[in-house]
Amino acid sequence: MGLLDQKFESSNVVITTMDDLLNWARLSSLWQMQFGLACCAIEMMAASASNFDMMRFGVIPRATPRQCDVMIVSGTVTLKMASRIKRLYDQMSEPRYVISMGSCSNCGGPYWEHGYHVLKGVDRVIPVDVYVPGCPPRPEALIEGLIKLQEKIRNESLVQKKAV
Amino acid sequence: MTAQEIHDILKAQFGDAVLEAKLENVPDPFAKVQADRILDIAAFVRGDERLQFDYLMCLSGVDYKGKLGVTYHLYSMVHRHKFVLKVEVPTDAPNVPSVESVWKTADWHEREAFDLYGLNFTGHPDLRRILLPYDWEGHPLRKDYQTPEYYNGMKVPY
Amino acid sequence: MTETTETIKTSTGRVLRTEEMVVNMGPQHPSTHGVLRLEVVLDGEIVVDVIPHMGYLHRCFEKHCEHMTSYQQVVPYVDRMDYVASMTNEMAYAVAAEKLLKIEVPERVHYIRIIMSELQRIASHLIAIGTFGIDMGAFTPFLYYFRDRERILELFEMTCGARLLYNYIWIGGLSHDLPPGFIEKTREFITDFKKTLKEVNDLLNYNEIFIKRTANVGVLPKDLAINYACSGPMLRGSGVSWDLRRDDPYTLYDRFEWDVIVGKGEMGTVGDVWDRNMVRQREMWESLRIIEQALASLPEGDVQKAIPKRIRPVPGDAYGRVEGPRGELGFYIVAEDSVTPYRIKARAPAFVNLSVINEISKGAMLADLVAIIGSIDIVLGEVDR
Ligand code: SF4
Repeated sequence: MGLLDQKFESSNVVITTMDDLLNWARLSSLWQMQFGLACCAIEMMAASASNFDMMRFGVIPRATPRQCDVMIVSGTVTLKMASRIKRLYDQMSEPRYVISMGSCSNCGGPYWEHGYHVLKGVDRVIPVDVYVPGCPPRPEALIEGLIKLQEKIRNESLVQKKAV
Repeated sequence: MTAQEIHDILKAQFGDAVLEAKLENVPDPFAKVQADRILDIAAFVRGDERLQFDYLMCLSGVDYKGKLGVTYHLYSMVHRHKFVLKVEVPTDAPNVPSVESVWKTADWHEREAFDLYGLNFTGHPDLRRILLPYDWEGHPLRKDYQTPEYYNGMKVPY
Repeated sequence: MTETTETIKTSTGRVLRTEEMVVNMGPQHPSTHGVLRLEVVLDGEIVVDVIPHMGYLHRCFEKHCEHMTSYQQVVPYVDRMDYVASMTNEMAYAVAAEKLLKIEVPERVHYIRIIMSELQRIASHLIAIGTFGIDMGAFTPFLYYFRDRERILELFEMTCGARLLYNYIWIGGLSHDLPPGFIEKTREFITDFKKTLKEVNDLLNYNEIFIKRTANVGVLPKDLAINYACSGPMLRGSGVSWDLRRDDPYTLYDRFEWDVIVGKGEMGTVGDVWDRNMVRQREMWESLRIIEQALASLPEGDVQKAIPKRIRPVPGDAYGRVEGPRGELGFYIVAEDSVTPYRIKARAPAFVNLSVINEISKGAMLADLVAIIGSIDIVLGEVDR
């Protein structure tokens, strides 16, 4: 509440929509699953370490899926791992989001052709919200993907969609 | 010790079990040996005073189309010399005695060769797949391997 | 696997039993450094057995090699094998391929390769020690080391345009020469980095808590290490003075002056986790020494002169090995009369080093197992390939 802190003489009421309040809360503390798969995970680590400091976006790594809001699939998903990723995704509580980081989890990346044990895209097992291209994507690219995800969350609504 | 001397010691000890050798004008001098004698030979080269190959650098399976091979890269920490042993077995009966009892490191290398080539290392204490899932079918590094269409309901090709 | 291991009678005559239980650790676990899965059999808190399960990152490296249309095309895949030390991977592949093809590369190429792989070794050890610190509950060294690692990555980036996977060392040469300003920037980095090294050394390695957690844990005796063909800091930590850069010199390492660091058991037994970690820490100083010498005597030359236009080796095979940050990294290349490699096997040091884990963690506490995994410094991309 830094913005409004100590600004008023007596207690006050702020009026906003439920949508805005919830979305604002969700997008500013996207807890991330601490979970690295391959080379992209090193860039993800770099993104949360000193120079890029992803934590300023409220992205804090948590070790258990039950406390997480966003799963960053960082690297090659193999067939052996795919069922585990599905299970981890199922264990996350809603609302949950997935960022697919790197060409491998987008579409198989360099392993698309001869990778007999590589899943060609994590979207074959779990739904993906944001794709970050690159092999590996730079930390800046990952942060951009995160901002895109925040934009997406900002526009969510509780209102039931009507058929047109 | 030079490759020639190592080969001579092997030849003197095992005679016909040492099949052919290439000792000059190759990057790594090697000797082909009979597959069913490899365990004896391994135990000998590790124990012998003159050779003392105590360090197995690498153990690799190879598919020579029609035959499967195993290559052993040996090194001696004591004498600082290297040598390469090779064996070949037919693809339909790929039995090679395991050298796990001689060099512990061969354990995982052999499991890997079994996993990817289907080489059957007899006498290995725990020969199961190491990289691929246990219910995988086939041995992918064989030259005639066909990638499956589906695995556990997941589409494999792009 | 629940069975009674021991029966203890209390003073009132009741029988207390302990049972073994199996705990699954990974593939998603913060301290398995990737997607390793361990099946741990525990008796209370004591580890009875550790059964590693790998392959969660098996990306079919060897199959890809057999489908490339040139030997040079393998290099990007080699990068992706051990992704925290791509330069040394490329170096190993280049050394093996040049041995097969009998290519002589110019001196300048050798020097630049050495500079790059020593920088890479530092970068890799920085990750190893940083994440090991996190495992032991120390977060600060991680941030310090990542800050300095970024500077190495900047150097790489200005050389070849990539931060992590470089495709820089090609068979017979390099993709680019050094850019202007590289030498000055590297010298600057070395000066600054020495300060960090000292600081973190005091902060982490001689910290009382850290010593308590690492000394006398996961002791790997000499013979066992050789029998399991361990290499790199794992082997040197056990007191074996063994470094391929000195003992089986490739490129021009024999021109430089530096020391091989071995574990001496300062805080406990030779070959414990502390020793292994300390070998890494001290090796970085030696790498700095090598880089300084190489920068001072860098010869001139064309770095692309020896790159072959078309690679079609004589049928045969070759095994080339180099000392990577994790140990002996070798490539076994089988060639037939074709432009495509027939078979490439990677002898990954992490794969071999990991195989000893069951032996050294028996009888340790579960919490020590985390220390042991961290000290082996595995990279799953290399274990599974
Ligand atoms: S996209 Fe590239 S960098 Fe990322 S995991 Fe795949 S191969 Fe590695």
